[in-house]
Amino acid sequence: MNTPTRYLAGFILEDQEELTLDDLCRACAAQSELIVDLVHEGLLAPLGTAPEVWRFTGVHLHRATVAVRLQRDLGVNPAGAALALELMDELDSLRAQLSRLESL
Amino acid sequence: MEFKDYYKVMGVERSATPDEIKKAHRKLARKYHPDVSKEKNAEARFKEIAEAYEVLRDPEKRAAYDQLGADYQAGQDFRPPPGWNPGRASGGGAGGHFGGAEGFDHSDFFDAIFRGMGGGPQGRGGFDDLRGRGFDMPGQDQHAKIQIDITDSYSGATRKLQLRMPVESEAGVAMQDRTIEFVIPKGIRAGQHIRLAGQGAPGMGQGGAGDLYLDVEFLPHALYRAEGHDVYMTLPVAPWEAALGAEVEAPTPTGEVELKIPPGSASGRKLRLKGRGLPGKTPGDFYFVLQVVLPAADSDAARKAYEDMASAFKAFRPRAGLQHPGGKA
Repeated sequence: MNTPTRYLAGFILEDQEELTLDDLCRACAAQSELIVDLVHEGLLAPLGTAPEVWRFTGVHLHRATVAVRLQRDLGVNPAGAALALELMDELDSLRAQLSRLESL
Repeated sequence: MEFKDYYKVMGVERSATPDEIKKAHRKLARKYHPDVSKEKNAEARFKEIAEAYEVLRDPEKRAAYDQLGADYQAGQDFRPPPGWNPGRASGGGAGGHFGGAEGFDHSDFFDAIFRGMGGGPQGRGGFDDLRGRGFDMPGQDQHAKIQIDITDSYSGATRKLQLRMPVESEAGVAMQDRTIEFVIPKGIRAGQHIRLAGQGAPGMGQGGAGDLYLDVEFLPHALYRAEGHDVYMTLPVAPWEAALGAEVEAPTPTGEVELKIPPGSASGRKLRLKGRGLPGKTPGDFYFVLQVVLPAADSDAARKAYEDMASAFKAFRPRAGLQHPGGKA
């Protein structure tokens, strides 16, 4: 007989789609002004032309969450958070390239 | 419990000014911020630094700490003196931190000095105080890193994880070890996050629990390495296989495959198996990266074979592309 499974089913954050501005704010505990700033900084690029119809993805949610934490913990402003995230992306891709070259 | 030297944690003198403490905190916070840092134990260090700053930035807490800690060294066994009660406990100071990185996730040492002593509602302060007043606040999200094998992403898998996190009971909120068993979703990539809804810290009053986010990393694998949803594997081939073409067998995470090496292949050539990378709505591709390996010239027959090759390829100039412009040929 099968014992009932107690495993929690998670989902992949980055696979989420169709998040509204409200959803995003709730999920990363941010004020909508901050999210609007991050969109204006070009860090988040939602579908849709105006805040009421913006649609975000899980990738945006993760970036917004990190930006919120950087602001809270390190006192950086939205422009600084955008710069930090872009530099971290670049670091990640350089690290991946390095490990590919090292494995040859 | 061990005495914590908050000055040492912050790397400042006991006589440091508030400004020096603030600067030291900013510098360390940037270095060990879990979102930024690749240092080992970054999260633990970051919490330790946040706790040290919480004490040293607040003149009353700092004075209480200095009074207690003057005779102690880091790591020394510490017992608060009998009847120790810092009076205001953490009630006033802690309020500003709700929702912040520090939250109520303090060390036992911190709790003993600023919270537990004196007993009774006054001594408890902070979090429990607000709970008693019907304060509603959603629980904090919790974050943890997990390392999985690349093959777990192909097949899906289950995992157990031990976490130390705040757990709510009738007596209030205390840090406890919790075991969580969860499913690793098929197709997850390194750098992505598994979200387990409602598995974070408990909320206060009507506030629901936070979520638990698992930051996924792949363990280094002997054969496979992932880049996004594509997966690469180095495939060693003999010089004649690369030159003349061959059919070889090779492992992939989804099983062994028969592979045609096209004639005239060089080291670094990529052979693609479409859709055999990490699974997903748009699955990645699998790449064999050819690497020509040479047999050792360790017998007469082997040396002869290389000598025959040399005489057969008299016109072959491996370094033809290295000639310096204007240099001698």
